[in-house]
Amino acid sequence: MRNPQLNGAGELQHLLTLEGLPSEIIGRILDTAVPFVSIAERDVKKVPLLRGKTVFNLFFENSTRTRTTFEIAAKRLSADVINLNIGVSSTTKGETLLDTIDNLVAMNADMFVVRHGQSGAPHLIAQHLSATGREHIHVINAGDGRHGHPTQGLLDLFTIRHYKRDFHALTVAIIGDVLHSRVARSLIQGLTTLGTPEVRVIGPQTLMPTAVESMGVHVFHDMRKGLADCDVVVMLRLQSERMKGALLPSAGEYFKHYGLTADKLKLARPDAIVMHPGPMNRGVEIDSAVADGSHSVILPQVTFGIAVRMAVMSILAGN
Amino acid sequence: MTDASLPDAEITLGRLAEKMRGAVAFDAMLIGIHSGGAWVAERLGELLPGEHPVGYIDVSFYRDDYAQKGLRPKLASTTLPFEVAGSRIVLVDDVLYTGRSVRAAINELFDYGRPESIELAVLIDRGGRELPIQATYVGARLAVARNLSIVLQRRLDGSLELSVEPAEGAASA
Amino acid sequence: MKIEIRNGRVIDPKHGFDRQASLYIAAGKIAALGEAPSGWHANRVLDATGLVVCPGLIDLSARLREPGFEYKATLESEMAAAIAGGVTSLACPPDTDPPLDEPGLVEMLKHRARSLNCAHVYPIGALTVGLKGEAITEMGELTEAGCIAFSHADAPLGDTQMLLRALQYAATFGYRVWLRPQDASLSRGGVAHDGEVATRLGLPSIPAFAETIALETIFELVRATGVRVHLARLSTHEGVARVRAAKKSGLLVTCDVAIHHVHLCDVDIGWFNAHCHLVPPLRSTRDRAALRAGLADGTIDLICSDHTPVDDDAKQLPFAEAEPGATGLELLLPLTLKWAREESLPLVAALARVTADPARVLGLDAGHLGPGADADVCVFDPDARWLVEPSALRSQGKNTPFLGVELQGRVRHTLVGGHIVHEA
Repeated sequence: MRNPQLNGAGELQHLLTLEGLPSEIIGRILDTAVPFVSIAERDVKKVPLLRGKTVFNLFFENSTRTRTTFEIAAKRLSADVINLNIGVSSTTKGETLLDTIDNLVAMNADMFVVRHGQSGAPHLIAQHLSATGREHIHVINAGDGRHGHPTQGLLDLFTIRHYKRDFHALTVAIIGDVLHSRVARSLIQGLTTLGTPEVRVIGPQTLMPTAVESMGVHVFHDMRKGLADCDVVVMLRLQSERMKGALLPSAGEYFKHYGLTADKLKLARPDAIVMHPGPMNRGVEIDSAVADGSHSVILPQVTFGIAVRMAVMSILAGN
Repeated sequence: MTDASLPDAEITLGRLAEKMRGAVAFDAMLIGIHSGGAWVAERLGELLPGEHPVGYIDVSFYRDDYAQKGLRPKLASTTLPFEVAGSRIVLVDDVLYTGRSVRAAINELFDYGRPESIELAVLIDRGGRELPIQATYVGARLAVARNLSIVLQRRLDGSLELSVEPAEGAASA
Repeated sequence: MKIEIRNGRVIDPKHGFDRQASLYIAAGKIAALGEAPSGWHANRVLDATGLVVCPGLIDLSARLREPGFEYKATLESEMAAAIAGGVTSLACPPDTDPPLDEPGLVEMLKHRARSLNCAHVYPIGALTVGLKGEAITEMGELTEAGCIAFSHADAPLGDTQMLLRALQYAATFGYRVWLRPQDASLSRGGVAHDGEVATRLGLPSIPAFAETIALETIFELVRATGVRVHLARLSTHEGVARVRAAKKSGLLVTCDVAIHHVHLCDVDIGWFNAHCHLVPPLRSTRDRAALRAGLADGTIDLICSDHTPVDDDAKQLPFAEAEPGATGLELLLPLTLKWAREESLPLVAALARVTADPARVLGLDAGHLGPGADADVCVFDPDARWLVEPSALRSQGKNTPFLGVELQGRVRHTLVGGHIVHEA
């Protein structure tokens, strides 16, 4: 089965998932992002790489944050950006996902950034483009259902590399609702590909996917045990609907067992970094003191996020 | 052309520095275009009298062949330890050929700020310009067939060496 | 019309027959096998040299999509697909629109099918009105109209008490009930097998024990009511084990597996291939191995196609949103042969699972070539290779995980009631 992300020459054609992505390609994206970080500090924050290209932000799920960072990234590459918040409107009109894509292709789209509530939607789009002779149009997965959020995974890897250098000696803990998290899946795949020896997932059984060990992680239900000697602590966002349903009794109880406090953080290494994909629920998954404290690299993650997305877009657009 | 008829890089570098001595502004900034130009700029910084801050520029994001060739796999960072705005700059490159790299470097520099002036110093000018660009200071002039590339390398001891290789694809320097 | 099928390899699983012989058909029945009847003069001779002659296949689950889903498929297209696949009898589930819960609908369906002069159609009636799980249907009237059993298709029958009442009623009159063992609440929202693949792909999942729990519930209700139950579409190794144990303890149940689950597993979903979105879901390699073992040792009585034509628009969607199901009438035979080859099973044993065994479960004197039997015959070339592509399929449903795959085994003639209805 050929990797649908790579073209015939083995170059990145789409970014759909971190699964099966060779470590050289991941490394190249991270290396390319480095100069883009410093460009953000210039007066003229643009480079002309994507001038004349049109990037469509297709968001079937609302997300101002992610959409904005992609928009900034594309504009800093001098691309034209069109934002489409499809939400439910198109489906109620009866237009299918692929019909929407066909219409936008007719408007000379060069790149689609897609966020969708269903796992596999970006793969479907990429496959459709390939089957209809539009291989030159690139697809970036901005989050599909529970499946993947590869640009988030990449910016998390970039952040870890920035502060910790070498993946081969790290212990990384990912804490929270792993079951529903595309951020967790992508990060696990990226970390294992880059040779991280110890990747842990911590959470209650109700929020842990079946057979998650097969992805190369150790499962902990006891947060204190799981945090021991960690170099990197990644907190996942807990969505409000999970707190009311049959999965968890309440936010308060969750915070007691799985919230990150300064006290629990002491169990990790003294120079451990704390990450969060955002937006944070203060007092639910993370204490304000920790979120704003010296271990937190949550704000730099945002800056790195723009640079990493610029790197992804410029590598794709050149292939 | 064989390597035997290539000028010696170290001697040419000396000649270039000689031409620049006294002609270059006392407060000129040297900016080398990665990677060959960066080595030359670094050496010029040592050879020229007075204080000339040295910076390095990677033009990958400004090249005009991105659509054909994509992003180069290896990127170095642009490091400019000074304000571009209002500065007198000498752009430094190893080989001046089509002029496209210099065009890209000028465009990139202007995105950092508006310099007072830009001069161009090159170790080798091999002709074959495709853009109206000329060097202010030239170490040596050479004519080389279109299917060949002139390559600058840095030996382990830091000294520079010129060689000729078959060109990869179309000319782009 | 007197038809002679000459010199083929005749395989009749019910009678354990597997020999080079000629088959003689007259007045719509099997007249003789081996020796021509006295005074024999054929109107038509089919040269079956190099071909296999077997009873027409009996497929216990084929959705014909009429009434109500004509944009997905019609009786014309699906009956043509059946006979092209060598299927001469089929049972169709009640989940049409409206569901088969009224005698008039069943009569119309049977009438339409008969007028096409193709395969025999045995409708399965709805167990509850509208398949809503609230009120029992008029099973007596439906049986009279032609229903051979009652089922709830894939509709959730969550209320165990409702199920108990329906089974008690059916048992009273000796009606058969076909049930799919999948616990409604545990499978709610799930689209893939709960395991490594679903975890990695981020797909909502159905645990294997959704089948185990449903099976044990059904077994207890069978013990309590004495109803005759057929378990439709086993998918797990634990499920096979429970059926084996139940049969051993004397419980009279039969069960089947869909041909796709004999060959595929969850890994075949690959990068979200919606053609692999099936109900029950494709499970792990371990489950597939157990299903194959169950078929071999008779724990699983038969194989069906679970033919479900789905229009392109409904499949070209993200995996979880795509409509489940695969087309299968034309693939049942070559995929059964493939299974037999892979397991080194003699053809006479393998073909039993799609001829004599389905007939036994239906309670019909069919699926065999004994003298006097209806002349429902399939003549196929076991070596002919063909590529599965939309143009090669008669069914309106082109949705199959085997698209682009080359299969071995092609039907050359199909006879129903002594008439040649398909030739290729």
